[in-house]
Amino acid sequence: MKTTRPTMYGRAAISSAAVLAALAALLPAASPAAAPSKEEGVAAFETVRAVLQHPRCQNCHIPGDAPLQLDDGRPHTMGVVRGSDGKGAPGLPCATCHGVTNPPTSYGPHVPPGAPTWHLPPPERKMVFIGLSSGEVCRRLKDEKQNGGKNLDALFHHMAEDKLVLWGWSPGAGRAPVPVPHDELVAKLKQWIAAGAPCAP
Amino acid sequence: MKLNVNGKEYEAAAPDDMPLLWVLRDILGLTGTKFGCGMAQCGACTVHVDGQAVRSCVTPAASVQGHAVKTIEGLSAPGLSAIQRAWIEEDVVQCGYCQPGQIMAAAALLAARPHPSDADIDNAMSANLCRCGTYLRIRAAVRRAAELAGRTA
Amino acid sequence: MSTPSGLSRRRFLQTSGALVIGFYVAPRSGLAAMQAPAAPALPDPNAFLRIGEDESVTVILAHSEMGQGVWTALPMLVAEELGCDWAKVRAEEAPAAPVYAHPAFGMQMTGGSSSTYSELDRYRYAGAVAREMLIQAAAEQWKVDPSACRAEAGFVVSGDKRLSFGKLAAAAQKRTPPATVKLKDPKDWKIAGRPTKRLDSPEKVTGQAQFGMDVRLPGMLTALVARAPIFGGTVKGFRAEKAKAVPGVKAVVQVPSGVAVVGEHFWAAKLGRDALEIDWDPGPGADLDTQRLREEFRAAAGTPGTKAAAAGDVDAALKSAAKTVEAEYEVPYLAHAPMEPLNCTVRIGADGAEVWTGTQFQTMDQTVTAKIAGLKPEQVKIHTMFLGGGFGRRATPTSDFVSEAVQVAKAAGGAAPIKVVWTREDDIHGGYYRPMYVHRLRVGLGADGKPVAWRQTIVGQSILEGTPFAPMMIKNGIDDTSVEGVADSPYVKGTASHLVDLHSPKKTIPVLWLRSVGHSHTAFVMETFVDDLARAAGQEPLEYRRRLLSEHPRHLGVLNLAAEKAGWGRPLSGGRARGLAVHESFGSWMAQVAEVSVASGRVRVHRVVCAVDCGICVNPAGVRAQVEGAVAFGLSAALHGELTFKDGRVQQSNFHDYPLLRLNEMPEVEVHIVPSSEKAGGIGEPGVPPVAPAVANAIFAATGQRLRRLPFRLA
Repeated sequence: MKTTRPTMYGRAAISSAAVLAALAALLPAASPAAAPSKEEGVAAFETVRAVLQHPRCQNCHIPGDAPLQLDDGRPHTMGVVRGSDGKGAPGLPCATCHGVTNPPTSYGPHVPPGAPTWHLPPPERKMVFIGLSSGEVCRRLKDEKQNGGKNLDALFHHMAEDKLVLWGWSPGAGRAPVPVPHDELVAKLKQWIAAGAPCAP
Repeated sequence: MKLNVNGKEYEAAAPDDMPLLWVLRDILGLTGTKFGCGMAQCGACTVHVDGQAVRSCVTPAASVQGHAVKTIEGLSAPGLSAIQRAWIEEDVVQCGYCQPGQIMAAAALLAARPHPSDADIDNAMSANLCRCGTYLRIRAAVRRAAELAGRTA
Repeated sequence: MSTPSGLSRRRFLQTSGALVIGFYVAPRSGLAAMQAPAAPALPDPNAFLRIGEDESVTVILAHSEMGQGVWTALPMLVAEELGCDWAKVRAEEAPAAPVYAHPAFGMQMTGGSSSTYSELDRYRYAGAVAREMLIQAAAEQWKVDPSACRAEAGFVVSGDKRLSFGKLAAAAQKRTPPATVKLKDPKDWKIAGRPTKRLDSPEKVTGQAQFGMDVRLPGMLTALVARAPIFGGTVKGFRAEKAKAVPGVKAVVQVPSGVAVVGEHFWAAKLGRDALEIDWDPGPGADLDTQRLREEFRAAAGTPGTKAAAAGDVDAALKSAAKTVEAEYEVPYLAHAPMEPLNCTVRIGADGAEVWTGTQFQTMDQTVTAKIAGLKPEQVKIHTMFLGGGFGRRATPTSDFVSEAVQVAKAAGGAAPIKVVWTREDDIHGGYYRPMYVHRLRVGLGADGKPVAWRQTIVGQSILEGTPFAPMMIKNGIDDTSVEGVADSPYVKGTASHLVDLHSPKKTIPVLWLRSVGHSHTAFVMETFVDDLARAAGQEPLEYRRRLLSEHPRHLGVLNLAAEKAGWGRPLSGGRARGLAVHESFGSWMAQVAEVSVASGRVRVHRVVCAVDCGICVNPAGVRAQVEGAVAFGLSAALHGELTFKDGRVQQSNFHDYPLLRLNEMPEVEVHIVPSSEKAGGIGEPGVPPVAPAVANAIFAATGQRLRRLPFRLA
């Protein structure tokens, strides 16, 4: 058994070092080439959109106040709600059941998964992805009024490094990981940004 | 591992990934916290960690080292809490097995919302199952506990 | 003073000055088809209550507390006659002993909604005899005539003299019990009949209440059993090396039901069981499949079965009927899923065995334990713990979870007590389900809209077949639990030509009674079908029922009360609609009106108004609580409950795929009790049967969709 597993209530010590190293390798590598065209940028965003509209992401990027769960995006059981800060109901925060890591496999296949700061977007900026076209997702993603004041650089870091986002690639048993490799997402994001973050009509 | 439960320090010889629930019940002998499902579906195992409701059945015991764990036994000392008195006054319990978890969940709700609305109660208490169906009285007891706590405050 | 075998004399006499008293009361008639026990030769005077020098009155319970409130209701009966101070009353579970046999069923057990009504006399007499003995003791001390003394609030009083029960107990114990005592008229009751809060609340809200799961004994080990994944499967072989390598695992032993891993604690046993490698012989149930079962049951429903009720010439009457209505119904297998998973702790010693568990069937458990351990029943001590819910699951004729634990303790050997714990997955996979049933009905209506021919075929596994109860309770091939609520229905009996028949297919799936037993499906069928008949007859559902039930005053009483309190017929807003159902079960009558709305394909039950006639009511507070809880139980089955089979295996495993009603789905419930001095009936179960049909009828009223399968799935 691992003894270095991050503690649930202590500072999460997930190995983000590996992610950062991968990023560092990616970022300078692209610089000498000419900026990608708008078309190439829009095409690159298609990969980003596919990720955002995967159940691992869109289950919590929902229009209402009740999150979805599992690969078929069914309503989360127990009448779970977003809450005023996106972290669940008073007295029943997401963290009541969702720890900072997926539980050990010995806990069985159906236990609630975990990642640091498990939450939904707050109600004032829900960042809905479900059912939107590529262009709509793109414009919403870039809209700093909706995305929590994130410029493109901040967006990039969110999708490249945020531990809750990264959970989508290791969601534990019984859940499909995001099918696009994370480094491919990072590369496509970078390409899209380099192209001026264009959106399909 | 070292655990702080109900203000008391314990040294428990348990594997790190043993769920807090079973360390409490089988090693520390605190059997008020109940096993119902083992997968955070029923809430019978609810305890507080640093004041927040947590499902002890899916929480590795090692992960709460350095944090304050409170169980139903801790809520009952030195005397009955307003919530427990409300539970008695509303005659909530039937078989009683789920009730320690219900009461710990209600305590977390009332700590976050001293005067919860009906929607707050439904939102916070729907993750705890009761097969006897005492839900109506749980709702009433949470409201009464809020009143009782307000009166003594 | 004699004590029954297996009873510790010290147990009852350890409190000095204790008065313990008990006697035999002739069984009531007509409670069940089972035979009443023969009167014991020597009634045990120790059995039912104990008065301590501290003035406490401890009532000893012949029935298990599983939430239904015997911990409060039976003491109320004693206290009413004893004349003690209610604040001094305590309760404790009786050991397993013949003196605690159910007055009607002849064995120590809890079930059939019978605990309170079956003990109405015995527990009152226990209090009354004790009171007379206390009065005699005081009268002798005061040199007055006993008729000049009375008992009140824990004292015997005569003029200005008073002595407490605690001070009189030792002397009272030496008195000869009176040959006869007169019970109070219920209209004079001061404690019984009044809403009374539960006595077990304080320990249950503090976590101090001891359930079977909470038993801790010196040196105790915990075991989990790997059972066949398919019913009827057996172990071909297993490799235990990896399991034994798990830290804390003490032993791996084979038992008849599978392979047990014994560990220092639950977690070690659980990891050990995960590491077991077992080759299973799947047995004859490997191809069990719900879809195929459904087809088989439906085909059987089209063929004649064993007659359960018959009158007239139903075929001729159907031919000449003005109109015929047909329908087919289906309900699934259900798990009881009490919140406390099954568990049982066993210690086998040189001279006897002890069992700690929450059980509804002490006599069975004692007998089975003795047989497995090679002991006499009186060498087996049963400690009945609080039950974290029963609903019938803890009343298995095979004593499955007790006998298995005894097998584990026996196979493991050694002196250590062993607690066998079931996980929730074990519980959902563990069988003893409410059986799946298919009903097919064809009813002919006369020109006045009333049924003239009633033809109904029921298909479903027999609960009693193959159990020790079969010889007593299966009559002429009919398991009454399969047809109750139909064969004896006033609708059927009131139809001149009727035929109810039954198919009881044999399957590998273990089945069992679940709260309200046969009524859990028959009320759904009858009360939704009667709504259809009303519509076919062009009549309003309440009026139609009133006509069909005109000679059944207790049906009418609850029907009219529920309708009045629910505002039946008055307009509703918010897309809500009402549905009605009335049903008799366990000697009580229950009508319910459900208010329902349907939005976005989801059924929302807002309010359920209940009217109950349970005859003499011992604790109205308990009656309300039981009916409220029964509504929740009925809604779990109506909205969610379903077990299915594929490739021999149960497809559900825990509450994520076998959901129960949650608090945010709980409707408001009103309970109206019909004041009555009629014979007391049951209350634990009668609230369940009308829930599904009342909601189904409301869904029909709201949407026009007639749902004939449980759980409800809207089109």
